[in-house]
Amino acid sequence: MAKVLMKGCEAIGEAAIRAGCRNFFGYPITPQTEVPEYLAKRFPEVGGVFVQAESEVAAINMLYGGAGMGKRVLTTSSSPGISLMAEGVSYIAACHLPVVLVNIVRAGPGLGGILPAQSDYLQATKGHGHGDYKLVVLAPSSVQEAVDLIYEAFDLADRYLTPVMVMGDGMIGQMMEPVELPAMRDLDDLPVKPWATTGAKGRKPNIINSLYLKEEECNANNWKLKEKYDEIERNEKRSETYACRGEKLDVLIVAYGTMARICKTAADEVKRVDKKKIGLFRPITLWPYPYEALAKEALKAKRVLVVEMSTGQMIEDVKLAVLGKRPIDFYGLTGGMVPSPDDVAAKLREILK
Amino acid sequence: MKKIFGYPESLTPSPTHYCPGCTHGTIHRMVAESLDELGLRERTVGIAPVGCSVLAYNFFNCDMFEASHGRAPAVATGAKRCRPDMIVFTYQGDGDLASIGMAEIIHAANRGEKITVIFVNNAIYGMTGGQMAPTTMPGQVTTTCPFGRDPGHEGYPIRVVELLNTLKTSAFLARVAVHTPLSIIEAKKAIREAFRLQSEDVCFTMVEVLSVCPTNWGLTNTESNKWLEENMVPYYPLGVLKRPDGDETPTPETVASMEGA
Repeated sequence: MAKVLMKGCEAIGEAAIRAGCRNFFGYPITPQTEVPEYLAKRFPEVGGVFVQAESEVAAINMLYGGAGMGKRVLTTSSSPGISLMAEGVSYIAACHLPVVLVNIVRAGPGLGGILPAQSDYLQATKGHGHGDYKLVVLAPSSVQEAVDLIYEAFDLADRYLTPVMVMGDGMIGQMMEPVELPAMRDLDDLPVKPWATTGAKGRKPNIINSLYLKEEECNANNWKLKEKYDEIERNEKRSETYACRGEKLDVLIVAYGTMARICKTAADEVKRVDKKKIGLFRPITLWPYPYEALAKEALKAKRVLVVEMSTGQMIEDVKLAVLGKRPIDFYGLTGGMVPSPDDVAAKLREILK
Repeated sequence: MKKIFGYPESLTPSPTHYCPGCTHGTIHRMVAESLDELGLRERTVGIAPVGCSVLAYNFFNCDMFEASHGRAPAVATGAKRCRPDMIVFTYQGDGDLASIGMAEIIHAANRGEKITVIFVNNAIYGMTGGQMAPTTMPGQVTTTCPFGRDPGHEGYPIRVVELLNTLKTSAFLARVAVHTPLSIIEAKKAIREAFRLQSEDVCFTMVEVLSVCPTNWGLTNTESNKWLEENMVPYYPLGVLKRPDGDETPTPETVASMEGA
């Protein structure tokens, strides 16, 4: 299929349609508003349902209702809006419902700023809403990968009956790149959902619920969730390595999303000019985190450098992977400041001294 | 022999957890009877958010959703928009709908979501043990206004159907009560009418039901019914406040005049 030039947010919307999603509920917030704008215009052509919710709180609850009806549902937002959705996502996870949400991360905390950031890592992978649940978190580093991961996110959500988040920074949402769009899914071939609340005709009523007043029942649901998360951890860890061939590395950079692309340029530069072996490890699933794959690469290196558009969030997972066996350095900028290849190269030279 | 009275198919046979004298059971039954009479049970999903009725999924014999506090109209929006052929109702208390869920109810009504909202107003938070609600009457004592609600401090009770009546969007808005046999008959008519309008895809429908909470009011059942009549009915007038566009719209009018609607 021929490539088309698309803005990240619009490509995300089109990828959702191609994945069989016809139901979008969302609220405007920079820098992801082009997704609802695109779908508001595009959905009528494909028979989709678009509702601009009164808030992110309402939007995520509309998703909850739509997912319960067995439909593929999508919302997109940015950091402050994702915070507001936390309660709803907790209910959705507890009820074993499949939804896809996109966080085009902007600078925080508070109102922060509208420029790219990676400061929602801990929120997405460790916390977000209340209770014992996990979000599957996918981190694209290009518009093409955003398209591919959105397409796959709906399948993951349906396979594991769990919320899946695609987390890109503002750059993913705003930049234009050539993309190859995947084929349009046949709506009749989507997974059958016998648990959906589509009317108790000829069967007992289906109930979607996360209230368990008996402690044994609540405990049982939490361990049922945990079993599912264990299965996801076994099956779905994804990562990519760059320039890691061979037995020895001087430095292994660990970065995700668009930051990883910038780090590739820095790694190439330091390799060419300084004749040092610089590898890059890029986690694609932020949860489940590819600890084992990272440990394998990290042990080949003398040092590890974590680069993030935050003051250091993913570094906690890198430390868990490396377990103190290698020194770990950090470089980060925040507030919408994006480290340049020169910034990262300078940090590499500093730690190589 | 012809059977003239029985247990509604849309209710499960399980006993409810409601307190003695509570009117949730009566209102559940009226919803169930309406679904039965209109033949809607097999394509209905009910949504009960946090409050005394959060366990309603145990009592209604149709597909059910439990929702977070105040968000039922948003959940209902998602459900109905994804499956417009379904009958979707929410069953909400006054703390849920008129306090934490005010944004969701106003916007669902304003969008004209074709759902039915059963809004149970007993002027107090029941589940958490008798705190002040947005609908608590001036002077009414609750655990969080122990000296009585002071309008100078807490404002006046919110009249929700009147508030929604300011919206231009077509709707069926009624207020009924369940403290006397006659009022129960009128309440049933309004609830059935709301479901009928939804089943014909006409408009947003909401029935506010003035209800009692003897446990948290600290009154006997009989005293509670009297208190409702003397304190709530004058402030919350009963009747159909709004009929869908194109229908005759005398507002406000009494529920009694709904005969033959």
